Amino acid sequence: MVKGTDRHTELGLKEEDLLEMYRFMLLARFCDERQWGLNRQGKAPFVVPVSGHEAAQVGSAWAFERGKDVFCPYYRDLALALVAGFTPREVFLGLFGKADDPSSGGRQMPAHWGAKDRNIITGSSPIATQCLHAAGIALSKKLKRSDAVVGTWFGEGGTSEGDWHGAMNFAGIHKLPLVLVCENNQYAISVHVSKQVAGSVHGRAKGYGMPGVVGDGNDVLEAYKLTKEAVDRARAGEGPSLIELLTYRHYSHTSDDDDRTYRPKEEVDEWKAKDPIPRFEEYLKTVDVIDEGKIEEMRDQAKTEVTEQATDAEAADFPDPSTALDHVYAERVEVK
Amino acid sequence: MPSNGATTEKNLVQTIHDTLFEEMKRDDRVLVLGEDVGARGGVFRVTMGFLDQFGEDRVIDTPLDECLIAGVGIGLAIDGMRPVAEMQFADFSFPGFNQIVQEAARIRYRSNGDFSVPLVIRAPWGGGVHGALYHSQSVEAFYAHVPGLKVVVPSTPHDAKGMLLQAIEDEDPVLYLEHKKTYRLIKGEVPDERYTIPFGQAAVRREGSDLTVVSYGLMHHYAVEAAERLSSDGISVEVIDLRSIFPLDIDTVLESVGKTSKAMIVYEDNKFLGVGAEVAAQIAEHAMFELDAPVKRIAGPHVPAMPYAPTLESWFMPSVDSLEQEMRKLAEF
Repeated sequence: MVKGTDRHTELGLKEEDLLEMYRFMLLARFCDERQWGLNRQGKAPFVVPVSGHEAAQVGSAWAFERGKDVFCPYYRDLALALVAGFTPREVFLGLFGKADDPSSGGRQMPAHWGAKDRNIITGSSPIATQCLHAAGIALSKKLKRSDAVVGTWFGEGGTSEGDWHGAMNFAGIHKLPLVLVCENNQYAISVHVSKQVAGSVHGRAKGYGMPGVVGDGNDVLEAYKLTKEAVDRARAGEGPSLIELLTYRHYSHTSDDDDRTYRPKEEVDEWKAKDPIPRFEEYLKTVDVIDEGKIEEMRDQAKTEVTEQATDAEAADFPDPSTALDHVYAERVEVK
Repeated sequence: MPSNGATTEKNLVQTIHDTLFEEMKRDDRVLVLGEDVGARGGVFRVTMGFLDQFGEDRVIDTPLDECLIAGVGIGLAIDGMRPVAEMQFADFSFPGFNQIVQEAARIRYRSNGDFSVPLVIRAPWGGGVHGALYHSQSVEAFYAHVPGLKVVVPSTPHDAKGMLLQAIEDEDPVLYLEHKKTYRLIKGEVPDERYTIPFGQAAVRREGSDLTVVSYGLMHHYAVEAAERLSSDGISVEVIDLRSIFPLDIDTVLESVGKTSKAMIVYEDNKFLGVGAEVAAQIAEHAMFELDAPVKRIAGPHVPAMPYAPTLESWFMPSVDSLEQEMRKLAEF
């Protein structure tokens, strides 16, 4: 095998980092395969697929400091949630709507990530609302003279929402420690980016007085590099950045969607050929971090982990309806 | 009440200004954000002098974006601050409706108690101020419909202080509505010391035996005035100020109706599906057999909002005269 150029050392990534990043990408992919399977078996009513986005999510999330920085993700961010501290079991507790689902205890649809102890801020379904929360949290960090950085993730469709523009504007005005990451997979459900975005996503940064960059979202090292530069800037008090990561989702928008009505098969195949996981494996092989045997071993391990934890989550308890009135307010308010 | 009992006479808007000012001095987690709250001190002067005292970090002139005001407020609250956001007029809160209704109100519930949003949203509301369709609205019914929000409507300076402090201390989002016409019209003694008034406790402002009148905001003051007029004719009206729309203190209302057997609800919002509809429904559910007359709602007509011309505005608003007439009719039923 031809020895490849080492791209990770200058980014400050060690071999352990690469292996962990690779492992998270595998876990996300196998979680996705498992959740699709469960959906087809009628055991999981609703699935938001992540496949195709693993590099964009793991690479960008890796640039943040866990335990200090804050994550405001959107629904497709399964791989990001894993990096930020979710276990596969917890992903499946959410998928099934079980009582111990960390995000919501089975109250929200799957993929509405949130866990205070992991600094993952609860999200909703209307698009891009989390971007304003991220801006508010970033302002709070700045006022507290904390050096924590806030990240928020969204699709290119999200950049049409007023909430997103408000967050960009406010972050730019106050030079907030905020990194905005767009996972541009070119379709907001069925609407192509050409009907969604005038100009470009990253180009919008200029109007808000912050740097905007675009990169290959299927290259985990590039996603990391661009995000790390933005996180470093934010931590140094130099303000927000917008990062656009070009990628593609392998499946439909959700399990309730059928992408065959709006995406040509050739296009899907073309992008599947650019799958971020084999691509990272190729890199890892050329820099001698892993070989075929190790790949096989890590894939088996991740798959087993996911399968076991999914089964375990399936057996967990559903929430008791007697708890459904809890947490409307801090203290129960009776309505006659 | 404070131990030394010292009080100062103030109008409502001055009370809100002073209360917020003192609380920001006391608690550095409290900050204000909104349109024109800084250099201008707020279009109603609620935050006059705040910028000089507390600086730009805690007195934040936001861009003209109510959705942003609500959303950034939520983020600040999640991260441990005690933001007091100002919607310049309640009418302008609707661009922030989704953030208030689907985010602030739901974050505790949807996270199964993991997150909370101790956010106060202050909003001047109500009519009779030549504000027309977009500076006169009553928004309480929209927001009180939403589990997870608290909606309060202090009508006296005393309540304005205690309820604002309660709103800031509250662990949940509170919409704090300030009736614009009461700002300078209504004065009262305000205790100098710090105190809070718990939400969900209506106040019986005037005791009576013939009729119960339930209201809030400016209408509460009109109801008291109309009741005073009727007393010279021997009609005894009990007047209840709800003070908080949610939580709703229906027990105080039911107790009063049990005594008077007649109930009227007065509000300046559109009558249909307004606060009066809920109060009337609860009276029907829980006190039907106490009643000697149908429950009466006196409220705004079913037009989109209050029109501008003085003739049209007074056509829309219940008045002391119209209340006196309606109360007399119900008393004599």
